[in-house]
Amino acid sequence: MIAIVDYGVGNLFSLRCSLSYIGCEAVITDSPEVLHAADNIILPGVGAFGDATEKLSSGGLDKVLIEEADSGKPLLGICLGMQLLFDESLEFGVHKGLGLISGRVVPLESMPGWNRRLKIPHIGWNPLKITRKSPLLKYVDDGDCVYFVHSYYASECEKDIIATAEYSGEVTAAVQRGNVFGTQFHPEKSGPVGLRILKAFCEIGGGGQC
Amino acid sequence: MITKRIIPCLDVRNGRVVKGVNFQGLGDVDSPVRLAEFYSEAGADELVFYDITASAEGRRLFTDILCEAASKVFIPLTVGGGINTLGDFDRVLKCGADKVSVNSGAIRNPALIREAAVRYGSQCVVLSVDIARVDGSFRVFAKGGRENTGLDAIEWIKRGVENGAGEIVVNSIDTDGVKGGFDLDLLAHVCMAVKVPVIASGGAGSIADFITLFKTLPGVDAGLAASVFHFGEIQIGDLKAAMAREGIPARM
Repeated sequence: MIAIVDYGVGNLFSLRCSLSYIGCEAVITDSPEVLHAADNIILPGVGAFGDATEKLSSGGLDKVLIEEADSGKPLLGICLGMQLLFDESLEFGVHKGLGLISGRVVPLESMPGWNRRLKIPHIGWNPLKITRKSPLLKYVDDGDCVYFVHSYYASECEKDIIATAEYSGEVTAAVQRGNVFGTQFHPEKSGPVGLRILKAFCEIGGGGQC
Repeated sequence: MITKRIIPCLDVRNGRVVKGVNFQGLGDVDSPVRLAEFYSEAGADELVFYDITASAEGRRLFTDILCEAASKVFIPLTVGGGINTLGDFDRVLKCGADKVSVNSGAIRNPALIREAAVRYGSQCVVLSVDIARVDGSFRVFAKGGRENTGLDAIEWIKRGVENGAGEIVVNSIDTDGVKGGFDLDLLAHVCMAVKVPVIASGGAGSIADFITLFKTLPGVDAGLAASVFHFGEIQIGDLKAAMAREGIPARM
């Protein structure tokens, strides 16, 4: 069973529908017991980093997620959910993240040599450049397009990057550190390519339990 | 390299697509859900559902349809039409919409843009503007293009972005329905004025019109159209292939 973490940030309807479409039944939950019982966990998120960390920690879910990740359970952060996996973010002040992957989340325009003609947020379909083999991307080809919506990106995390997208420079698109995965893009809005990424995640650990 | 988006727009009234569609091998289609699936499979990058219902019963049907479409089609969905309050945002976002487009609702109550951007984020708030030339200047029209508000279009768009609109849909009344190409002059003015994504609407008649749009105005991010797709005059697959041939980044 896949657990989608519900901490009052963002809309989980499409994510649950996309999992159900590929035959993975998911529960939306804020219960530590359910998260503990789940095979895999997805941490979604839309909105501001600081607000999200506050909501996660006020329910004690931050500790639960760290425990489950440390126990080896596959965890996937999506969009803001991916950014939360890192040490810290500079969005509206400095905020501490879950620290499951080293790196910091910074504004796109702080990228060295930022092309000022590009728009922020980075919205739209952008091809993936796969930089490292990962079980998350086993059904994805180099150049497959996925859907991004974001203004901040994860930096100083080179060794855990598994895919990038070109937007002025190389933007962190997907990361993996052991059993912890993240995508800056929205697989649940990325058409057939996105569904294949979700399917690959569901197969990690349990081995095709969905 | 980010790709240029192709966005079909579906007008929905009382739960059905307003212009029936006749595709080869598909027959007459007026189910928004089936049409959404068809476009998604054909390679559409995003879909707009435009609710042109006036009744409460029609609104309920619309949200039911949206939920069903969002459970079968996994590309970004934008909803417009009848968005006047934060409650309207809530209603369609809960049914799987990713973005909400405001038009007359924002003209009546400009604070709506800021309130929605604060609550849902700018990426969620699309400002759609119907624009026509009046005595040589671009004016904002309300009520489906029937009423000249007297507002200067470029100033209105700048103000919308300052208030938190994350994307702009530019509907040119002057080129709409003419099928003679997008309103490049108007779009150039909008692209110079704002730094958020700009979506061109009104005037697409052929594949060449999209090519001209993206080649002439690199600042335009997406092309939106309804009838040329509905009547099969342009197949999205052919359009994407032509874009790729012309060196315009497209999702294949």
